[in-house]
Order: sequence, then structure tokens, then C-alpha cells
Amino acid sequence: MSPGASNSLILRGYVVLVFIFVFTPIVTSFIFSVNSDRFPSIPLGHFTTHWYETIFADPDVWDAFRVSGIVSITVAVLATFIGFCTAYTDYRYNFTGKALYLSLALLPPTIPLVIMGLAMLALLARINMSGEIYSIVVSHVVLCSPFAMAVIRMRLAQINPDLESAAWNLGASNWRAMREVIIPFCRPAIASAFCLTAAVSFDEFAVAWFVSGLNKTVPVIILEILQGNTDPQINAIGSIVFITSMTLVVLAQLILMRKTINQTATGI
Amino acid sequence: MSDPSPSRPLVTFDGVCKRYGNITAVHAMNLEIYEGEFLAIMGPSGCGKTTSLRMLAGLEEPSEGEIRLDGKRINEISSVERDTPMVWQSLALFPFLNVQKNVEFGLKMRQVPTEERQQRARKWLERMEILDLAERDISQLSGGQKQRVALARSLVTEPRILLLDEPLSALDANLVVRMQGVLSRLQKELGITFVYVTHSQSEAFAMSDRVVIMSQGRIEQLGSPKEIYRSPASRFVADFVGANNILSGTVSQAGEDLEIKTTLGAFRCHAGTSDPFAVGDALDMVISADLVQISLEDPNTQNSLRCRFISEEFVGSIVTLFAELEDGSDFKVQTRQRDLANLSLGEESSFFVSWNATDAHLIGAKE
Repeated sequence: MSPGASNSLILRGYVVLVFIFVFTPIVTSFIFSVNSDRFPSIPLGHFTTHWYETIFADPDVWDAFRVSGIVSITVAVLATFIGFCTAYTDYRYNFTGKALYLSLALLPPTIPLVIMGLAMLALLARINMSGEIYSIVVSHVVLCSPFAMAVIRMRLAQINPDLESAAWNLGASNWRAMREVIIPFCRPAIASAFCLTAAVSFDEFAVAWFVSGLNKTVPVIILEILQGNTDPQINAIGSIVFITSMTLVVLAQLILMRKTINQTATGI
Repeated sequence: MSDPSPSRPLVTFDGVCKRYGNITAVHAMNLEIYEGEFLAIMGPSGCGKTTSLRMLAGLEEPSEGEIRLDGKRINEISSVERDTPMVWQSLALFPFLNVQKNVEFGLKMRQVPTEERQQRARKWLERMEILDLAERDISQLSGGQKQRVALARSLVTEPRILLLDEPLSALDANLVVRMQGVLSRLQKELGITFVYVTHSQSEAFAMSDRVVIMSQGRIEQLGSPKEIYRSPASRFVADFVGANNILSGTVSQAGEDLEIKTTLGAFRCHAGTSDPFAVGDALDMVISADLVQISLEDPNTQNSLRCRFISEEFVGSIVTLFAELEDGSDFKVQTRQRDLANLSLGEESSFFVSWNATDAHLIGAKE
């Protein structure tokens, strides 16, 4: 065996190990969610959908999914819009204080979530806006916009600056060029940013816990169930959350990669 | 070369300046571009040629002066309303649209109804011989095909003027020559004005009726390719254009035939019709490399120099010899391959170059 081949074998083995490390807890959780025993133990009992039936029989869980759904879609729309505008401003204009503008725009995810949640609660309570669905939306938009901006900004960095000028030169106004050139060019990044921000919002616990009041989101209800009883209901709901957000994130990646490869290879 | 009607300028640059902060990209430019001519603007990078073109396209606003299109001031008219389409160095084709949609773009922006728009786009695709590619994605095209799409896209609105910003610079040499043919034929058939910015002399001289040579934001010379080639107006032009040898000296004897003293000796030169020179005037003597004769023996004429062979470069049947004069400066000779074969030049061998007194072009040194 050549040294190259054995190296590549070691590398593959290493990658597999990393994946096992990352996914074992999740897979374990999924396995126990369809296992009949009340407590996670080996050997396993028999297959059952009982725990899924239990959580879906709980109106609070349905409510939490409804709230999380509304919140994450609204957040995705708003955060993607704000992220796009911020990224375009960065792409198109040069102004004094641009570095400051960018670092402020990218700041929210660096704040510890508990601090962020507490601060949001303090502010929203003071202006009488806490405890509503829109309180979660507002907080999550703050948290998610930077992700959307980062994704769209990456795409804009690949654009040939002549494209927009060419559109003007061919008779497109500023708005028209935005609609006919910039947005179509960024479409994969916009779709990707939408999925990503939806996933981040759907998953987020700390901030939601502070500001949600009675409108509990899925992560908040998970904690509540967990505090009440420790049965595989938690594994069931956890698996659903995981599948939802993984689907969104993978979708975001796929959209971005497929289109990007396609268009930048020869896309002068 | 088609004959431009010099009666009516389509575009006038009237004292146009362009400044970026402290940097002046274009200095008080005066230029008239005629209806139906092929004008090349040529110069090294950073000379202001692209800036001038972009001002004409409305993508930059002049800091001073006036640009007129058809006699009307267009400084304040945005690019959107000018109908001065441009072919970009990067081509700037829209990667998310197919060929047909790219070509239709200009018409769509002008609210041309869908059906008419498709028809007109197809007509141009046909004319550019790429109708079979109409449904392709831009990423599936070759360099030459993209070029044709870019041309069709700019011409589809049937403008009176087309601006081209180094459109051939990304193509390989064979394709450049072919596209030059396509462009100059197109320009003649359409009879519209082409303004072509390039740093390539061969492109500029092969296609254009007139050439503007720019340097550091100023027009150095404006004339037909032949005028510029044979009678460069300044040392810069002589250096930039063609394969010229330049010897600096002063006039030691005036009259019909001048005698010019240089560090390499005295040379005789026909004064011609250019400005009269007086004894003591400093000037540059420009000897075009293709007007030089070479021999192994001293030809014993006054206009000859001994030089040492350095290297040679073949371009088809034409050979350029690079040699060194006695004072260490370079001297270039262009000759035909078969004339050179008799000389059998080797490394370090020396030979003589000579030229006719009427073939040297004189440029008065500036102040």
C-alpha cells in the first residue's frame, strides 16, 4: 500500500470517528424515542410509537409547534430582508465608519444568549412588549439577521461589479437593476439565508425562554417536559426538532453550494 | 477602412476633466468622434482611456467640461437614458439568464413587448451566428461565443454608438484576430460609431479609422493609424507605438538636410515638412524598426551604426532583432526571415544598421 493510500485511509477513519462523536448522542436519543422502556437502558425493549403519540396528544406541544412555526417563518422573512439590505449596503457603498457599521451588524451572535435574553426581557418589559409572540420575533430577528447578512454578503463578494453597471447601461434604473440582476444573482444565498435563520430561530432556547411568557416555543416546552418527568417523550420531541432544523440547515447548504458552483465556475 | 464623414461630430468632448479626490484621471480632453467612424482610444493602463469611455457611457460624471451627443449636453443624463451600450472587458453577461434572455435585456428594460423582443433578439443572435445557442446558459459558452452574445446584447437596441472596453483582452491570440474581423465587418455593415478602448496596438491599428493615443490623462496624438505609425507626434507616442528606435540629439546643421549630433555620432536627416528646426534645437530622431537595413560590412554611409546582436523574435515571416548599440542602448530591427538567412548571426556577433535620411522622423524635444 502506498503511503498516500494509507494516509487517506487514516484520514477517512478520522472523519468517521468525528461523525460518530458528533452524532452518537442524537442517534441514541432517536433510538430511545422509539423504544418501549421508560428509562433508557440496554438491552432495548420493543419498537413503539407510544412516546410520539403521547407528545402529539398534548395540546401544549401542538401550541409550542404552532408558536415556533409562526416565529421562525416570520423571523426568517424579516432577518433575511434586513440581512440582504445590510450586505448590499456593504457591497455597494463606501462610507466613513463602514468598519464600525459592519462590526455592529455582526455583533449580536457574539453576545452570550442568557445576557441577550435578559437584556431583551428588560427592554421589552419596560416598553410593554414582552410575553407576546412578536416579542420572540423581535428578539430572534436581532439574533438571526447577522447570519443572513453573512451568507448573502459572501454571495455578493462573488458578483462581478460590472453586472450592475451593465444593467444600468442597458437601460435599467437602480431599482430595476436590483430586481433584475442583484436579487437573481443572490437568490441561492437568499434562499439559504432564509432556511438558516428559520433553523436558528426554531432551535433557540435561552432568549425565547426569557421573552416568550405564555407563548412557549418548542425548546421552551422541551425544558418544561424535562422538568416534570423524565420519560422518552423528550427523546421523541428532541428528534423532531433535530430533524426539522437539520433539514433546514442541509437545505441551506445544498441550495448555496449547487448554485454557487454552477455559476461561479464560468460566471464572469 | 470605411470613410467617416468628417462633417458632423456625433460625440464631442469639450474640455472634459475627471478628478478622483486629488488625482486627475483625465485632463481637459477635447475630442470629436464622428458619425460612423471606428475610433480607437489607446494607451497604457491608467492613462484615462477607460475613464473617458465610462464618462461617455454615463457611468462616471465629468468633473468639468461638457460631453455632447448629437450636439446636446449629456453630462446630467444618466446611463439609463443614454443608449450608449458598452461591451465590457469582463463581458458582464448575466450568469442567471440564458443567451436569449441576456440579449433581450436591453429591450425588456425599454418595455418592448415580449413577442417583438424575442424576435429582435433572435435576429441579432442570427446575425452573430449563435442562434443555435439561444437556450444555453452563459456558463456553457466558449470565450468567442460569449463575445458574440455580449455584442448582440449591446446592439439589440440598435444604438448609434457602441462603446467597447478592451473586449478582446480575455481571448487567445487566434480568436482575437477572428473577432477583429467580426468587429470591423460589423461596424462597416451597421455604419454606426464604434469607440474602442484598448492597450493593444495591433487591435487598434487593425480596425480603426482613427486612433487616439492617451497618456496620463491627456491626448498625445490623434490620427489615422498610418499617421501615428509613421509620424509620431511625441516621444511618448514613438515609444509606445510600434517598434521604434529613438536617438536623441541636437541640430548641428540646419537646412534642407539637417545634421544631428548625438552621443553616437552625427546623422543626416531630411527635414521634410515638419516644423523647421534651427541649429542647437534638441530633438528626437525616430527610426522605425522596419525601415532599417542590416549588413555585416560597414555600409559607409553617414546614417549607420554598429551594434551587437542580442536576440531575435519570430512572428511568422517577420523577424525582430534586438541589438545593443555601442553606448549600451537597445536597437530593434524588423526584417523578413529570408533576408536574415544570408547573414547567419550568432550570439554576440556584430552587424551594421543603416537607414535613409528620409526615413527618420524628427520630434522636437519638449522644452
